[in-house]
Amino acid sequence: MTRYVMVADLRRCVGCQTCTAACRHINGTPPGVQWRRVLDMEIGVYPDVHRAFVPVGCQHCSDPPCLDVCPSTATRKRDDGIVTIDYDICIGCSYCAVACPYDARYKVSRAEFAYGGEGMANEQAVFDPRRINVATKCTFCVDRIDAGTAKGLTPGVDPEATPACVNSCIAQALHFGDIDDPDSNVSKLVRDNEHFRMHEELGTNPGFYYLWDAAGEEEK
Amino acid sequence: MRGITPYRQNYWDWRAAGNFMYGGTGSGLIVSSLLALAYGEPTLLHVLIGLVFMGTGLGLVWLEIGRPFRALNVFLHPQRSWMTREGFVATVAFGVGAAAMWFGHALLIAGTAALALLFLYCQAHILQASKGIPAWREPTLAPLIIATGLTEGVAASLALVSAAFTMTMVALVVLLTLRAWSWRRYRLASETGMPTAAARVLAAFSMPFLLLGHVLPLALLIADMALGNRYPALTYFAAVLAFGSGWTFKFMVVRYAAQTQGFAIIHRPARGPRGSGGEGVKPGWGS
Repeated sequence: MTRYVMVADLRRCVGCQTCTAACRHINGTPPGVQWRRVLDMEIGVYPDVHRAFVPVGCQHCSDPPCLDVCPSTATRKRDDGIVTIDYDICIGCSYCAVACPYDARYKVSRAEFAYGGEGMANEQAVFDPRRINVATKCTFCVDRIDAGTAKGLTPGVDPEATPACVNSCIAQALHFGDIDDPDSNVSKLVRDNEHFRMHEELGTNPGFYYLWDAAGEEEK
Repeated sequence: MRGITPYRQNYWDWRAAGNFMYGGTGSGLIVSSLLALAYGEPTLLHVLIGLVFMGTGLGLVWLEIGRPFRALNVFLHPQRSWMTREGFVATVAFGVGAAAMWFGHALLIAGTAALALLFLYCQAHILQASKGIPAWREPTLAPLIIATGLTEGVAASLALVSAAFTMTMVALVVLLTLRAWSWRRYRLASETGMPTAAARVLAAFSMPFLLLGHVLPLALLIADMALGNRYPALTYFAAVLAFGSGWTFKFMVVRYAAQTQGFAIIHRPARGPRGSGGEGVKPGWGS
């Protein structure tokens, strides 16, 4: 089996938001819609204060609450673990948006572009009217993955088959790959480092791993 | 722009709240027709008004969805979606209810009442399946939503019954007590299992809800019963309070206590060559 997941190395992320910009560029999301966000979290109390930059978005859960609630079956999970939305049958009820504990879903009611008007060339190139009034979210750049794997490329290794946010990351904090393959980049990262997943207690089995220290460092 | 801490969701507005308000009362009213049925009183108005209320609630949802002309796609996922199940149950209830009004057979009325109860059960679970909103996914909310719908329905039915009046009053006393108990369970759960902002909304709502929605109507009902039903105005006022407080409660839960989950990291990352990890943070969830 294959399960594609994202790994975010919180030790490396510098909060530059390049992944956010890359996602917006390639997917043409409207203002206010960020399928890939980076949170700037403050931890502790003065004078012992720390910052952490935390990339978030759809976690492509193995047990996605959005899939359970969707009345139209527009939300589906592929065999490779990627959670998708069929814009042609979604009724825009937003039930998935209130079911997602990761605040990953968006719905816009009109076409909008970054600088108004008809939009820039890159926005026009990827503009999809089917996305109006329906739920949208991060797709793990599923089109790139499908096109890449069709050419025999490996997602997470070959940039042509890898999500745009991962390709753009200046700090190599974001990684993508098949967690079911023990030799994949993401499997090694998860094996060699201390990690956690967000809101695991809700039983979603998210496909987004956060690295926070080298393995074995916790006991220091 | 969305932040890190839980914020009040804006996906479901007053129209979604209206579905729970009208749907709860409508289904409760149809269920309450069983009392009238037991006393041989007319029940068709219960069923008719109840179905109109349920239909109004569903109509409000239709106004809220982004692609209203695809509304029939709501029926595609009965295996797992409570929204689909609600749609199916409502459709069957409208059919059986229409037949009950046409033929007036007691079995059909009882069948409509059973379907109305199922509809209310679906509504309660629609909220509970919303894992992104802690105030909705809290398990003690589902029985509270059901108790509220039944209370509103029985309160509304007092305007339609005569022979079953006293028994309906007793039913209202029982349901108000049940709703107060359910509310207490929900409130206790909210103190630990919800974002601070949601817990604050519920805390502020609690005392007025208990006093005006439960204590006062119970006192009025009991007073009227003790006085031998000589002052039905007391009972009608109690019914208005029971009904109005139920609607206010549902509007409050859907619109004002609906804080999102927010974000959390359970470990602080080690940064820099000499950095070390530590405890994480869960903003908006108390200290």
